[in-house]
Amino acid sequence: MLKNDPMSNVLYIDLGKKRYWVEKREDLFERHIGGTGVAVKLLLEECPEGCDPLSPENPIIFAVGPLNGLFPLASKTVAMFKSPHTGNLGESHCGGRSATAIRLTGYGAIVIKGASDTPIYIAIHNGKVFFRNAEALWGIRSAYTVGRILRERERGSGIRTIMRIGRAGENLVSYACVMTETYRHFGRLGLGAVFGSKKLKAIVISGKSSLPVKDKASYMKIYDGIYKLVTTSALMKKYHDLGTPENVMVLNREKSLPTRNLQKTSFEYAEELSGENFAENFLGRRLACSHCPVGCIHLAALREPYEDEPYFYKTSMISYDYEPIYSLGIMVGMKKAEDYLKLMDEVESLGLDAMSSGVILAWVTEAFEKGVISTRETMGVKPSWGDLESYMKILHFVVEQPNDFYRDLSRGVEFVSRKYGGKDFALSFGGNEMPGYHTGPGAHVGYLIGARHSHLDCAGYSIDRKSKGVPTPESLISELIEEEIWRQVLSCLVICFFARSIYEPEVVTEALETVGFSFSQKDLKVLGKEVHGLKYKFKLREGFKIEELRIPKRIYETPTPLGFIDEDYIKTALKKAKELILSSVKEIG
Amino acid sequence: MRLSVVDVERCVGCQSCMFACARRYGEGGLAKTCIMVRSRGGMSRGFTVVVCRACEDPPCAKVCPTDALKPRKGGGIILIPSLCIGCGHCREECVIGAIFWDEESNKPLICVHCGYCVQYCPHGVLKLEERGVEYVEK
Repeated sequence: MLKNDPMSNVLYIDLGKKRYWVEKREDLFERHIGGTGVAVKLLLEECPEGCDPLSPENPIIFAVGPLNGLFPLASKTVAMFKSPHTGNLGESHCGGRSATAIRLTGYGAIVIKGASDTPIYIAIHNGKVFFRNAEALWGIRSAYTVGRILRERERGSGIRTIMRIGRAGENLVSYACVMTETYRHFGRLGLGAVFGSKKLKAIVISGKSSLPVKDKASYMKIYDGIYKLVTTSALMKKYHDLGTPENVMVLNREKSLPTRNLQKTSFEYAEELSGENFAENFLGRRLACSHCPVGCIHLAALREPYEDEPYFYKTSMISYDYEPIYSLGIMVGMKKAEDYLKLMDEVESLGLDAMSSGVILAWVTEAFEKGVISTRETMGVKPSWGDLESYMKILHFVVEQPNDFYRDLSRGVEFVSRKYGGKDFALSFGGNEMPGYHTGPGAHVGYLIGARHSHLDCAGYSIDRKSKGVPTPESLISELIEEEIWRQVLSCLVICFFARSIYEPEVVTEALETVGFSFSQKDLKVLGKEVHGLKYKFKLREGFKIEELRIPKRIYETPTPLGFIDEDYIKTALKKAKELILSSVKEIG
Repeated sequence: MRLSVVDVERCVGCQSCMFACARRYGEGGLAKTCIMVRSRGGMSRGFTVVVCRACEDPPCAKVCPTDALKPRKGGGIILIPSLCIGCGHCREECVIGAIFWDEESNKPLICVHCGYCVQYCPHGVLKLEERGVEYVEK
């Protein structure tokens, strides 16, 4: 890397002692570039084996990479921590202004250790850290309000990120998220609860430093090449026009759209919840992450009358994307787009992960229907499909935890179904609630073996959708792992996965060259493999066993476009995955 | 010609213009940018694009004690760095806050209306145009 690049500065913050210091960590960045690569090394250094994810020992690590602040769509920050939701590797990516702010305040990574005994928030301006009292912010009903207050209180408008948690994080709901710039999130695996356990309400970061390049002319040339590819590609159109909700009608037609807790794969109200309907009747504004010309963030304008007074309205701007529509709309059988928007708005206010929340509500509905739980557990709530009012109440109780059942529900479907039953239709994989694809075995094997148990780890759904039939388990596994390995490279830089078709190995090599990293395409593959291995090293250390993964029966009962999923096929595939993963962990030692 | 914000409602806040402006100096980051995109109090409300609007009788030039800011043909000013003492009066005087600061040289950063950023605005927010000549359809 370039000698004058501030990226190798790692900021360490101790919340207990209220002190901070900076260490030069060229060793980490030279070899692992940044992002996921550096974060996983720091996690292995900082997170003691077997620690309680909600104890002060669990570190929060943020890392950016060399392309952030320099190239378009290098717009993501990687967060790593031990997940309170799965009890294992926690990794979540977020855009907004987070990556630019961290990089331009002068750091490549931030490590947050310890815990405060009273509520605080942290402000980092031009590299300097301020510890601020957050007593007055603790317990505020809506995470939107917290953002509003900090926006007025802190400097750096336009060049800052405001990460904050809602009450879900404060109350340690294991799938609480961290919200940034209101509409982007470190959504999955419960970073919000880790913030809450440290009494850390928010982090504001601002900065606008310059970043060096090796050679001006070649930087400008490579930049322009990438910029042109981005702005003229079909990608731009797809993500900008309808955005990710374009998938609703596509998956509905293919019959791979998980509906009502995956009892079906097409939805009679799909059109109502489609990207087309939202764009035509609700779309109020589009937003972009910093340094991303695409602008894929879609906000619906929802105008609602107050019932106690005539001609008195409120208009809310509520974000919608495919995954939240799937989980808070289709999985719970919402019949009206407005109902999805209202539930989404509440999920944002509370600071919950939208994807897990919807899958959990779907489980509750089916469990109630089947008599697995009753009004005794739900405290009188009688959920049914598409029942907005009950869902609002349940989420409120999940956050407030007034009885044992809601306390258990605040830990996800894996936990709650182990205690109450209904495991067969508790749709979580590796402890993480399922994403919106029932496309075939690739999707589910991908959720199971992906290091984050996310559809974004290895995009199994994409393999299913491209293949004419079911591949052999061996070839499925090698394809999934190969994809996950390459995605580690993009996560080191840190590139938004929506730009994965632009940042091909050749482009990555060229872009890295401009910031002083000489990595051949082969070197990149080696790096990806090592980072993937390191993530699994952490997982194994914390007790992860592929052979112990629970597979919900429901996935075998509901057909996919590739037919019924065969249990033996999945088992053979997992066996193969285990072999490959163990050998790659062994290789790194 | 001058840089004009023709329709700020089309802005998605991607800040590609800000990065483009800094890139003219052959560097990444935002230290040298002369244009700023910030939310109007939260992303839900859209954005404000702050940039020099090329005043015909620039107040910033009037308060410069060393005549380092020369009025530019077509509006706005040109900075003569060798005359600038970094007092910051110009920055105080600009009511729209379009004078940014270069911490490295301790001198103002002001848009020169070169139009480089326009090429990197994919959503039709910015335009390089003659003052008041064109009718902008809303």
